[in-house]
Formats: sequence, structure tokens, C-alpha cells
Amino acid sequence: MSGVRVLVGTRKGAFILTSDGKRKEWTVSRPLWGGWEIYHLKGSPVDPNRLYASQSTGWFGQLVQRSDDGGATWNPVSNEFAYDGVPGTHQWYDGTPHPWEFARVWHLEPSLSDPDTVLAGVEDAALFRSTDGGTSWHELSGLRGHGSGPFWQPGAGGMCLHTIIVSPTDPNRIVVAISSAGAFRSDDGGVTWKPINKGLHSEGIPDGDAEVGHCVHHVTMHPSRPDVLFMQKHWDVMRSDNAGDSWVEVSGNLPTDFGFTMDVHAHEPDTVYVVPITSDSEHYPPEGKLRVYRSRTGGNEWEPLTKGLPQANCYVDVLRDAMAVDSLDDCGVYFGTTGGQVYASNNAGDSWEPIVRDLPAVLSVEVQTLA
Amino acid sequence: MIRVVLPAHLKTLAGVNREIELDLTGVPTQKAVIDALEARFPALRGTIRDPVTQRRRKFIRFFACEEDLSHESPDAPLPDAVVAGTEPYFIVGAMAGG
Repeated sequence: MSGVRVLVGTRKGAFILTSDGKRKEWTVSRPLWGGWEIYHLKGSPVDPNRLYASQSTGWFGQLVQRSDDGGATWNPVSNEFAYDGVPGTHQWYDGTPHPWEFARVWHLEPSLSDPDTVLAGVEDAALFRSTDGGTSWHELSGLRGHGSGPFWQPGAGGMCLHTIIVSPTDPNRIVVAISSAGAFRSDDGGVTWKPINKGLHSEGIPDGDAEVGHCVHHVTMHPSRPDVLFMQKHWDVMRSDNAGDSWVEVSGNLPTDFGFTMDVHAHEPDTVYVVPITSDSEHYPPEGKLRVYRSRTGGNEWEPLTKGLPQANCYVDVLRDAMAVDSLDDCGVYFGTTGGQVYASNNAGDSWEPIVRDLPAVLSVEVQTLA
Repeated sequence: MIRVVLPAHLKTLAGVNREIELDLTGVPTQKAVIDALEARFPALRGTIRDPVTQRRRKFIRFFACEEDLSHESPDAPLPDAVVAGTEPYFIVGAMAGG
């Protein structure tokens, strides 16, 4: 019987939420690595028993954990993320050159074809790859070295590489996004890179249309249409129909076009979800109403999804990696909040129920659809 | 024989629940203690010192004989009482965070 496994990273540990295909009754695991920040967990698309997790604290640094049995047991693998060659510098907050310094892994992206191959997006922004199940990591240094790297500057959340998308039709095509540098693409398996930020406009930088310097919060894609990308930027929801070569704004009738997370329906490539957030500084939903907005037209026309979500006195945030979809029919949609709730919809967003209400602040949500 | 006391999170990672006893070869130094710990408990690699720079993590402290050894050279000899095993070597997660 089909089922789902929801992998939740929080400020104080990880949790695994499981259900059958009906997605009505849930089991919530005990905390894994209680007290540690779990920025991200994700399973291999080709081996659902193979999971990777990023575990860190300010005290003990970074660990990467791997499970080969669907999360029942875990073992640490290599945490040695050494920048390739002389790391060089990026810009510091005061404009001075600052040496690249590893802080943590924000995102782990297992390969679409090989359980032992996984990409890691790290802070200070760089992309690493392991081809041996995390036993060793090697930087794809063409990203930092393509030319604009010395001009990247951290945002308030640190200079993190938080989004990694590998094309399902062309494994050499990789799109990444960095806060607050922008989006970048490689068409040769990560050897060479170019910025893909044409069409983005940001008011908080001196040249609003600059090649780099845009605060991209998240990028997502439907696997059947890898050239169509959707982006939630610091402000503006954007769409590209040419793999990032150019972007157009599709914020349309959203109540605010600020937000962090977004995702695409598993079976409808033009159905997109965002969670609008008031900002620059509030970082909670407008009017205290937690609303997911859904577009069935690939952007511009958005409808609020509110059934089952708090519509008063709600002041949580939904972070960039904290939304995911399953591939059952109807499509399940899941998101976690900084208030510790994980909400699930088993009908593509028409209605929502909390799986769990009182976890630590949720940093990431991923879903595995199990046969 | 060196007695080492770990903070709770590192005990969990190492899978131990009490003091660790290490037999060192060569000159007993702080670096030798960490080297031996990481060799015996690979899960601890990089948690006490950065795996690339080898610098002590900023919220990790080393105490022994009621002294803070955190700023001593990693290659400085350990206190005699630690080497003799009459005093433990404490690896401490600093109280920080408000």
C-alpha cells in the first residue's frame, strides 16, 4: 500500500512523520538529534531507504548523517567541506574582502539516478558533490570561480546556497540559487557556470537590474518541464520559460509578493503554490491569516487557500525549504512553520490539517512517496 | 592513561555514557588527545575542532586541574595530573546563547 514519509528539519532536531496513502492518520517520530539544528533532510529518488541529513550547531559544527534503512538508523559521514584551492574572498557587509569560510550545509540534493551521489549547498555559498554516499565531498568550484564570486555579499541570513535543481532530462544542467547573489546555471555538470538573473529587478541594490546581487529565496521546477522555473525572490514571484535565461514577474494579484517558499503540483506543471509573507522585517502572514496561494495558470492569477489554516492571530513564517509535495493522486502538499506546525493537504491545497502543531521552528520539509 | 570527559551531545554522538579512557603514544598533548578521540570515535571528527582548519570551535573549551587550557598551544604538554590519570581532561560546550 502506498504511503508517505515527511522529513522535517527543525531548530532542535528532525522528525519523521508517516502515513498511509490516505494521509489522514499520522505517526510522529521522536526527535532525531535533539538540540541540533537540522537544516535539511532529503531522500534519494531512486532508493527511498537512502536519506541524507544536515545536522549542525554553533557548538559542534557540521555533521552529515546518512541512513540506509529509511531513517531507522543513521551514521555520520564526512563533514569535511574544504573549498577548492585558495578559497579567495567575497564581499563582507562593510564592502571589504572576506575569506570564504564554511559555516553549514543548507540543502542536500540526492541524485536522480545514483543513491551515492548527492549535492550539498553550503554557507559561505558553494556547491559540493559526493559520489560515494557522503564519504567525501569535492567542491564544484567553477561556481565561485566564474567571475562574480568576489562581489557576492551575505544577506541577513548568511551567504548560503539554498536551492539546487538538477534537470531530469539533462543531468548536466544544474540550477542553484544563492542568497543574496542570485541564480546560476551550469550546462556541463557543474564545471562552468553563468548567472541567470536577467529580468530580475531588486530595489535594494544600487543597480536594480544587475547581473548578480539579487536576493533569490527559492526556485522550483516541475520535472516534466525542466525549462520552466518559478522563483520566489525577496520581493516578486518570477517565472522563466527558458531555464533561467530570462525572467518575467508573475506576482499578479498576490496580497504581497514577498515570501520564502514555493512548490509545484506533482501532476499539474502550471499549478504553483506560494505563501505570501509581510516584510521587509515582519516575516509573518499579512493580516495574521495563514494563506497558501495557488495559481493554476503558472502565475499571475492566484487564489487563497484557507480551509483548515488559521485565519486570525497567526504570526508564523514559512521558510524557503519548508514546503513539499507528494506524487499521490490527489497531490499532497505539505509545509512547516516557524511556530512548529506542519500542515498537510491531501487534496492539492483545497483543505489543510495540521499533522503536528508543536514542533520546534521548522526549517525544512521534504516528502517521500512510498510504493 | 588519559581520562576525557565529553559534553552530553558528543557523548551521544560517540555512543558513550561516561568518561573515556585513552592511551596515548608519544608526547601527551591536547592535539594528541583530540587525534586519539577522533580516531577511536570517527563520529566526533570535526565536532571539537574544524576538520579543515583544525581550529578549536569557538564554543568548545578545554579544562583540566581547574585551569582553562583552551588558549594553550595544541602542542603544549598536558598537566602531569592529567597524564597520570588522577585528573580528567574536560571538553566543554560553553554556556552560551542567553
